[in-house]
Amino acid sequence: MESELVSGNEALGYGAITAGCKYYFGYPITPQNEVPEFMSREMPKAGGIFVQAESEVAAINMIYGAACAGKRALITSSSTGISLMQEGISALAAAQLPCVVVNVMREGPGGGGIGPSQLDYLQATKGGGHGGYIKMVLAPSTVQEIFDLMQTSFYLADKYRLVILMLTDAILGQMLEPIEMKRIPEGDLPPKDWATTGHKNQREPRMIPILLKGYTPINYFQAYQDEAAELNSLLQKEELRFEETTTEDAEYLLVAYGSTARIARSAIEQARGEGIKVGMMRPITLFPFPYQRTKELVSAAGKTLVVEASGGQMIEDVRLAAEGQGDISFYGKVGTVFTPIDIYDEIVKLAS
Amino acid sequence: MEAAAKTKVFGKPDTLTGVPYYYCPGCGHSLIHRLVCEVIDEFGMAGDTVAIFGVGCSCVSYPFFNLDWIYTLHGRAPAVATGFKRSMPDTLVFTYQGDGDLGSIGIAEIIHAAHRGEKFTTIFVNNANYGMTGGQMAPTTLEGQITTTTPEGRDPAHCGSPLKISEMLATIDGAKYVARQSVHDYKSLVATRKSIKKAFEVQLAGEGFSIVEILSQCPTNWKIEPVDSCAWIEENMMPVFPLGILKDESGG
Repeated sequence: MESELVSGNEALGYGAITAGCKYYFGYPITPQNEVPEFMSREMPKAGGIFVQAESEVAAINMIYGAACAGKRALITSSSTGISLMQEGISALAAAQLPCVVVNVMREGPGGGGIGPSQLDYLQATKGGGHGGYIKMVLAPSTVQEIFDLMQTSFYLADKYRLVILMLTDAILGQMLEPIEMKRIPEGDLPPKDWATTGHKNQREPRMIPILLKGYTPINYFQAYQDEAAELNSLLQKEELRFEETTTEDAEYLLVAYGSTARIARSAIEQARGEGIKVGMMRPITLFPFPYQRTKELVSAAGKTLVVEASGGQMIEDVRLAAEGQGDISFYGKVGTVFTPIDIYDEIVKLAS
Repeated sequence: MEAAAKTKVFGKPDTLTGVPYYYCPGCGHSLIHRLVCEVIDEFGMAGDTVAIFGVGCSCVSYPFFNLDWIYTLHGRAPAVATGFKRSMPDTLVFTYQGDGDLGSIGIAEIIHAAHRGEKFTTIFVNNANYGMTGGQMAPTTLEGQITTTTPEGRDPAHCGSPLKISEMLATIDGAKYVARQSVHDYKSLVATRKSIKKAFEVQLAGEGFSIVEILSQCPTNWKIEPVDSCAWIEENMMPVFPLGILKDESGG
């Protein structure tokens, strides 16, 4: 198959269209403007709909409407825009409406800046909105993986009736790489026998979201929590994704995700070249987090270094995974991009 | 005498389930529900209609409609309706929203749905207060009107004058039909039914956005008798919110 040179943000769009997504709702915000621009151009060609919403608040509620119809719909934004969507994401999760949301992370709290960071990990994985819901969080580290995981995201959303949040960042969004645009085959999916598409005088009316599955208001929210806990266990069993780099004999372990992991890979190659036995655990599913395998790797390594473009967020999950074992430290940087040398220097420090 | 074929001249519309209303005595919602259902029956479109409800007293209305039904976050029904209708263009879609939901927290969503000329209809129930939460001031609360958050009466000096939402929406090109009606007497019920029908026709013809504002009784929060609430609409609300067709660009 021929490869094409595309940016990470364009790969989001190509991946969604390849997965049969026909509805995109967006609002301009840097560093993801290439996505609405791409969609405004490409969606009509694919027989789909592009709507530029008046705000992120409206956009997330538009996707709610398309999801109620059982359609595959995508929304993308960046940090501060994602914060505006949290009420809507909570509502989508409450109504068990499948959809895909992408956060091309920018910097800082508040309005922040437009540079890359990984400062939204906790918001992404630990709720974000109110009310105790779960969603899956996927973190690609290359443009190819963005394209592939976007397709997988739509499948997983439909399979589990879940909101899938993909975390990328300004580096991944702007980066150009050659990719192969292959359709990833999907498994069987349950029928969308909950969609409110009009009863055609052939069935009982449906409603979204309350009183789903015959719950009464009295037991609904307890039932929702019970289901979320069950689903969490199921995702831990069935849907963990991670990538290991030279972990077989690693005395030193890096844990990193997304663009940081990609940069760390170069540092590991250099250190390996000099005989330092370093490996890496790269979680691809940040929720569910690969706790068990991380624990094994942290225990086996002498020292573990968590590297993030933040002040330290994923390190909380690594510590949870380790259950008190291992020697875990942190290296982070925000505002400027990591170089492989930065991380290599940290590996050397770890090994000395 | 031969058994004559019976013709139904009056009865419950099929789109109405017949579940007894649990609104407060004298509330206008039940009248409006009925009128909406009568029009859907007339079009024979219950099977292809989706109702999208806002937050307020309207959000407890689900048992009353034989329709697929979507409950939305506060103020966001027009955005949800946009996403839904764009993906289901052959469906008759209406949002059902109160004055707090539509006129306050959801003002951006309604304006931009009209602005884009979204092809759905909004039933906008104006009872001059936040009914569901116990009678607080709404953007449509009248000057001097006592609510739980304007205990001395609404003072325009620091909380503004009643917001004339339909007049505002009528200035937007994408809004093709804008009407304000009422349900305080028989004549107004007839006019309201006519406007709902027209608004749905505008939608079905794909002409653009349509909205019917309906002045509606809230005797519980107005703290008056149900029968007096009908006169209250005529004496207090209609001078501020005059009834009529504010804009009709259908068939153009």
